[in-house]
Amino acid sequence: MVQSPPALRRSDSLANPDWRPRLESLLAEGVAAGADLVEVFLERTDSLGVLAEQDTITSVSPSFGMGAGIRVFRGHFDGFVSTNDLSEAGLLTALDQALGMLGLLRSSHSLNAYEGLPPLQDWAVTKGDWLTQCPSLQEATTRLLEGTDHLNRLGQHLQVRRGSYARNWQDVLVVASDGTHAHDIRLHQSLGLNVLAADGDHRASLGRRYGSHGRPDELRQWQAEESARDLCDSAATMLRADYVEAGQFPVVLANRFGGVIFHEACGHLLETTQIERGTTPFAEELGQEIAHPAVTAIDEGLTDGAFGSLAMDDEGMAPQRTVLIENGILRRFLSDRAGEIRTGHGRTGSGRRQSHAYAAASRMRNTYIAAGPHTPDALIASIDKGLYCKSMGGGSVGPTGQFNFAVEEGFLIENGQLTRPVKGATLIGEAKEVMPRISMCANDLELAAGFCGSVSGSIFVTVGQPHIKVDTITVGGR
Amino acid sequence: MAPGTTPSEFPAPLDGASLRQRLESLAKDEGVGRWDLGAGRSTDTSVQVDRGDAKQMKGAQRSAITLRVWNGAGLVGITSTSDLSDSGLARAMAGARAASDFGNPDDVPAFSPLATAPLPPLDQPLQEPLSILSLLDTLKEAEADLLQRHPAIATVPYNGLSQRSSERLYINSDGACRHQELTTASLYLYSRAEEAGRKPRSSGAMRVAYGAKDLDVAGCVAEAAERTIAHLNYAPIETGRYTCVFSPEAFLDLIGAFSSLFNARAVLDGVSLSKRESLGQPLAVPFLSIRDNGLHPGNVGAARFDGEGTPTQCLPLVSDGVLVNFLHSEATARSFGVAPTGHAGLGAKVSVGPDWFEIGAGAGVPGGAEGLDHLSGTGPGVGSEGLVVIDSLSALHAGVKASQGSFSLPFDGWWIQGGESRSIEAATVAGDIRTVLNSLVGFEGLAKLTPGGLCPWVWVDGLSVTGEA
Repeated sequence: MVQSPPALRRSDSLANPDWRPRLESLLAEGVAAGADLVEVFLERTDSLGVLAEQDTITSVSPSFGMGAGIRVFRGHFDGFVSTNDLSEAGLLTALDQALGMLGLLRSSHSLNAYEGLPPLQDWAVTKGDWLTQCPSLQEATTRLLEGTDHLNRLGQHLQVRRGSYARNWQDVLVVASDGTHAHDIRLHQSLGLNVLAADGDHRASLGRRYGSHGRPDELRQWQAEESARDLCDSAATMLRADYVEAGQFPVVLANRFGGVIFHEACGHLLETTQIERGTTPFAEELGQEIAHPAVTAIDEGLTDGAFGSLAMDDEGMAPQRTVLIENGILRRFLSDRAGEIRTGHGRTGSGRRQSHAYAAASRMRNTYIAAGPHTPDALIASIDKGLYCKSMGGGSVGPTGQFNFAVEEGFLIENGQLTRPVKGATLIGEAKEVMPRISMCANDLELAAGFCGSVSGSIFVTVGQPHIKVDTITVGGR
Repeated sequence: MAPGTTPSEFPAPLDGASLRQRLESLAKDEGVGRWDLGAGRSTDTSVQVDRGDAKQMKGAQRSAITLRVWNGAGLVGITSTSDLSDSGLARAMAGARAASDFGNPDDVPAFSPLATAPLPPLDQPLQEPLSILSLLDTLKEAEADLLQRHPAIATVPYNGLSQRSSERLYINSDGACRHQELTTASLYLYSRAEEAGRKPRSSGAMRVAYGAKDLDVAGCVAEAAERTIAHLNYAPIETGRYTCVFSPEAFLDLIGAFSSLFNARAVLDGVSLSKRESLGQPLAVPFLSIRDNGLHPGNVGAARFDGEGTPTQCLPLVSDGVLVNFLHSEATARSFGVAPTGHAGLGAKVSVGPDWFEIGAGAGVPGGAEGLDHLSGTGPGVGSEGLVVIDSLSALHAGVKASQGSFSLPFDGWWIQGGESRSIEAATVAGDIRTVLNSLVGFEGLAKLTPGGLCPWVWVDGLSVTGEA
C-alpha cells in the first residue's frame, strides 16, 4: 500500500501548554535585562512539493522543520536572532545574542517585574485536522497527472507540459512581553500548470497559478480541464505572436493578476518599511490626492480562502481591512510593530515573514483596486491605439519608486478593438506618475494568488483588480 | 514537540560519523539499502544602519539536511528537514522512503562515480567572526563616508554588512564523505541621491571576502558613490536601436539568466534553446569563450563539491564561439555518456546549475573589434545616435524568457553621444540571446573580477532600447 510521508502528531502542537513556562521565562529574562519589548515567534512546518512533467511524476519533495525567531526592542532599535535549536539552552543563547546586540545583558535581578502571559488566543481551534484532510500523495499525484493529460489532449505543439502542486502547513505561536499570546495554523496550497509551445522558430512559454489558504480540499476541487483549456488557448494564441512595438501607449490591464501593477507601483511604497528607509515618495502625503479619483485601493487579510488571508499576522495581531487609497486620497499605510515604533503609523495586522528566520515587516496581504462603474469593453473602446495586457508576469520596484512588470499575453488595441496578439512587453514607470493615470476601473474585480519577495522573505499574497485603464505608460519592446 | 530539556551546543557542528551511524540504523529499519545525505549548518550575523543609527541587527543559526533513499524497487525519494534530532532523522527516513514509492522509474539518479575522487585544492582561509558591534561600527563609518561624498546623496536605504561561518557535508551509504568549512563576509551599499526639482537616483556596489576584516570597504564606498553620482545628470532617451555596451556585471547577469543554454537538465527537459546535437555547433561570434570555473580564486565562497559529492571543476562551455560542453549532474552525464561535471544539487530530480562564469576571448584570440572606448563613445558602427552603456539590469526574474530566448529588461545606464555622457532616465533593453551572442562587436579592456564572475565590458550591436523621450 502506498503511504504518505508521516505527518506531525497533533499532540506536538505549539498550543501545548508545556511551552508556556519556558516562554514566560524567556520574556521575563529579556524584560529584566532592560528590553522594552521581547517577542518570540515559534513555528513548525510541514511542506510537500510535487512535480508532474509530461505524463510522469518526476519529483516528490516533502520537508518539515521547526525554529524560533527572537526579537528584542529597545527604543527605536531592535535585535533579531533565529535558530533551529528550540531547547532551553538554545533559546536562551538566542535571547542573549539579541540582547547583546542592544548592549543588554541578562541578570538574575527583578525577574518578578514580568507579569506573565495572558490566556492563549487560539485561532487554530478548528484547524487541527487541516493537514490530515489534505490530499494524500496518491491523490495529489493523480490530480496533477490529470492536469498534464488534459494539456496533452487540448493543446497543440506543446513541447513541455508541467503541473506542480505545493502544500505549506505552518503551526505558529507568537508571544511577546506586551501580552501577545496567540496561536494559529496556516495551510497554503498552490497549483500550477506550465507549457512550452514550439513550432519551428516560434516559441511561447506560459503558465497559470492558483492558490488558496485554509481549504484542504482545494486540489480535489480543482477544475483541471478548465485550467488546461484556458492555458492551451493562450498558448495557441501566443505561439506565433509578434513582438510588441515599443513606445508610450495607453493600456488596459485585465483583472485578476493585472493587480500586480498596483502591488509593484504603489503597494510596496505604502509599507512603513519604505517610510523607514526613506524610499517612498508618499511618506508625507496622508490625506493628499496621490491617484486618480477613480482609484480606491484596499489591503486586507480577511477574504475567505484567499492566498494572502490570515487569522492573525506574524506578530499575533488580527488582520484588518485597510483602505489605503479612497477615491484617489491616501488614507493609510501598512504597518507592523517596528513600523509603529519608528514611524508612528498604527499597526494594521500586516506584520509578516516567510519563516522564523526573518523578522516580521510590514507587508501586503490581499491587495486590490476596488471595482468601478465601467464594463471592460468600455475601457477598450476608449482607446484608438494601445495595448491590452491579458496576463501579467512578475515585477519589481526599486529604491527610487521606479517599477516594472512583464506582460505574458498582450493584444494590440486598434480603434477600440482587440486585434493581434503581441509578446515581449515590459511596462515601466514611476508610482507618482502612473497612479494619477489610472483613469477608468471596470466592474469585474477578481483576485489572483501570488508570491511576494521582500525584506522579510517570500510570502503568500493576493493581487487583484477589475480591468483598469492607464492613460499612458512606457511599453518596453522591440 | 513538547519543550525539551536537554542542553545543546549552539549550534551543534555537523558530525558525519554520528549521522552515518544513525542513518545506517534507520535505513535498516525502513528496508532502505542505499541512501545519501547532504547537510548544511551556518551561523550568520548581519547589521543594517540608517543615517548613523543601527537599523537592524540580526543573527541566525541554521542547520538542515536533505536525505535521499533508494527503495527496494530502485526508486528514489527524498525528504528535507531542519530537525537533526533522532526523531527528526527517523521521520526524514520514513518520509523519504514513502516518497520513493512515487520515484520516476525513467530517470533514476545514482551515486556520482566521482563522489570519492580527490577534491581540488582551494585556498579558503577560515577567519574568526568579528563582534556584531564591530560590524556595526564599520558599517556606520562606511555609510557616513558615502553620505559625505556628494551633497545629493541623502540616504543609503539599502545597506548591509554580514558574515557567515558555515559547513557542508555529503555522505552516502557507499562510504563517500565530503566536508567543507567556510567563512565569508559581504558588504553592500546602495545609495539614493536627490537634487531639488529632480527625480531621485540610486546605485550601489558590493564586496565579498573570506572575513569581515578583509572586506574592501573603501573601494565599495568609492564605487557606490561614483555610480550614484554618475546617474544624477539624467535625461530620457529616444526609443530606437543602439550599439550597447554591457558592464561586466550586467553581461554576467544576462548570461546567467540564460544559463539553460548550457544546462544538460534543461536540454533533456526540452526547456533549453540547446539540443543534444548543439554540441560542437557555433553558438556565438568566434571570439567568445565562456568557462564555468567555480575554482577561480576570485570566487569567494566556492564549493569544493556539488550536491552529489562530485568535485567542482573548470569547464569550458563555449570555446571560440562553439558550444563544447554542458553542465551535468550524475544522471544527465550518464544520459550523455560523459562524466559528471560538479554542477548538481541533491534531489529526487536533480537540478543542475552554474557556479561562476569566466567570459572573454579565448587564449590567443583577439577580442573582436579594436579601439573600443565606451567613455568616449568611439567604436565601430557608432553613429550620430550614440551608444548606450548598460550599467545594471533589473527584473531578470520577470523579463527573461529563457526557453524562448527573449528578454525585455529595465536597466540603469548612460547615453554617450557626441562625447557627452548622460544617465538614462528610465528605459528597457530587449532582444534575443542568440542574436546577442552573434552580434558581439568586441570586448573592451581587461576582464573585471566581480562577485559573480569574470568579464570585460562587452559591446553588442543593434539592440532595441525603449525610452521615454
